[in-house]
Amino acid sequence: MGTYLVKRFLLMILTLIGISIIIFVLLRLMPGNIADIMFDSAGFVDPAEKAKIEKELGLDLPIPVQYFHWIRGLLVWDLGYSYVSEMPAIDEIGPRIPITAKLAALALFFSVLFGLPLGVICAVKQDTVLDYILRVISLSGLSLPSFWLALLILMFSVTYFGDIPIYLDPPENLWDELVLYSIPAAAVGFRSSALIMRLTRSSMLEVMRQDYIRTARSKGASENSINYHHALKNAVLPVTTIIGIEAAFLIGGLIITETVFNIPGVAHFLVEAILMRDYPIVQSLVMLIAVVTVLVNFAVDLLYAVLDPRIRYAD
Amino acid sequence: MADNDHAAELANAGAHVTTRWDKLRFYARRYPLGAIGAVIMVVFIFTALFADVIAPHDPLQTKASSSLMAPAGPHLLGADMMGRDMLSRIIHGARISLTVGIASIVLGGAIGVVIGLMSGYLLGWFDLLTQRLIDIMQALPLLVLALVMAASLGPSLENTVIAISIPLVPNVARVVRSSTLSLREMPFVEAARAAGMSEMRVAFQHVLPNTLAPLIVLFTAQLGAAILVEASLSFLGLGVPEPHPSWGRMLSESAAEYVRVAPWLVIFPGLAISLAVFGANLFGDALRDILDPRQRS
Repeated sequence: MGTYLVKRFLLMILTLIGISIIIFVLLRLMPGNIADIMFDSAGFVDPAEKAKIEKELGLDLPIPVQYFHWIRGLLVWDLGYSYVSEMPAIDEIGPRIPITAKLAALALFFSVLFGLPLGVICAVKQDTVLDYILRVISLSGLSLPSFWLALLILMFSVTYFGDIPIYLDPPENLWDELVLYSIPAAAVGFRSSALIMRLTRSSMLEVMRQDYIRTARSKGASENSINYHHALKNAVLPVTTIIGIEAAFLIGGLIITETVFNIPGVAHFLVEAILMRDYPIVQSLVMLIAVVTVLVNFAVDLLYAVLDPRIRYAD
Repeated sequence: MADNDHAAELANAGAHVTTRWDKLRFYARRYPLGAIGAVIMVVFIFTALFADVIAPHDPLQTKASSSLMAPAGPHLLGADMMGRDMLSRIIHGARISLTVGIASIVLGGAIGVVIGLMSGYLLGWFDLLTQRLIDIMQALPLLVLALVMAASLGPSLENTVIAISIPLVPNVARVVRSSTLSLREMPFVEAARAAGMSEMRVAFQHVLPNTLAPLIVLFTAQLGAAILVEASLSFLGLGVPEPHPSWGRMLSESAAEYVRVAPWLVIFPGLAISLAVFGANLFGDALRDILDPRQRS
């Protein structure tokens, strides 16, 4: 186990270094940098002035040198300055993290709350009308673009409540916060719950075909006891792995939903920064997303070994 | 011809002959949801192919007098702010969606197949290197990678295809690699090699065709994802640019301002995206059940 952990950790570092290189190079491929955008909006270009700005921002240095400056900064928690606000990137990003984290946690909560029980119902009632209806709903969850769902929710609330539940001022108390975040979290969670529901269903069906379930049935255990005592416990295992995939899935959903609901979170900020060519912010945010995804997957792997005694990571 | 004669003879003799239609009917009855998905896909493809003929108006023609016109008579699904017919724009949008969807799957699929096949067949340092690269790409959410790529390449139809196809590569490469790993030990591959075929020929002619079933399943699943990502990119203003009528951009243009006054601008393009992706997903699910019985749910 010890060797496995070390190996896994080194691999994680390697992955993160790879991501940092890819993101850094991709961003430098963008047509036009922040200096171009600034001068475009001004309507005239003074080459000397532009060169001065590029020098100030370090954009005139060779790309490898720029990369090493960035990595050196990352190691001492210095993410550079936002080109747009001229504030330290860490001060810009820091306050937005809790907002997205709360939203993601709430979305995950909704997705498990709906996905898990509905998946079990589908499996137990396999090939009945209920199973078909729930499967169609879950597939439609995977098919609806989250921004459309968010727009429909906005439209519905405008029509029936005359109010739009978008973020205008920071919420004052916990209840306000919960109300404000619930709607976007439900829009994102609906999609994720579809994924959990499908996996729970197929995993339950697989477990229910096993011999020990037949044994339980033949010794006279009730259907409820078989379903919830014997089957569900083992069926839930693969579902935990999906949480790793969910992390990536949720961030994708949040990018759009935060934008539609005007929530000042990390995902919304990423889109704004990309549109403004604000490199320090974009590269830091993408790294943050990558670190979270990699760590969640690592944690899920370990959790899997803890939950399922059959799995032992060999040295 | 010979087959038909044979079938006719059997039928004359009173035997039960299963024709292609019978087979189709069997699958439709066995997988009703998949059949619905197939019908949606056929309608979607038909709309995309014959958009010029079906669309009642020019999707780009502006007309001040019908600005924000509600769904009625001349404009069945209403008109947008610039008086462009929504129905025609949605019909032409099908073409953009399908083009970007299929092109990105073909491009991402081709790169993924070559990488997966070589990595599973050659093993060694090439395999090690590509596996690490795939790990790296999979550590980023599909939309984030597509977003950064789309921004770095600049907005155009071709760049949108590239931005969506690259994040699709890892999945394809993984699937092809794992089937190649088991196939390369099979006796028929060994026989081909013993017969003196070059490694390349063995890989592409004998191994590749046997990985097709899981690949087809993966491609249909990815079609839905590709259409969704295109819509999301265009919604954020980083996808297909004007003048192409893209469903995602139609939503972003109308979103905030016209939600109150012209809800049809929000409802119909979103409905089109959802229906297309829904059809692809339904069809893909049924196809997986038919072609890949191990994953049958």
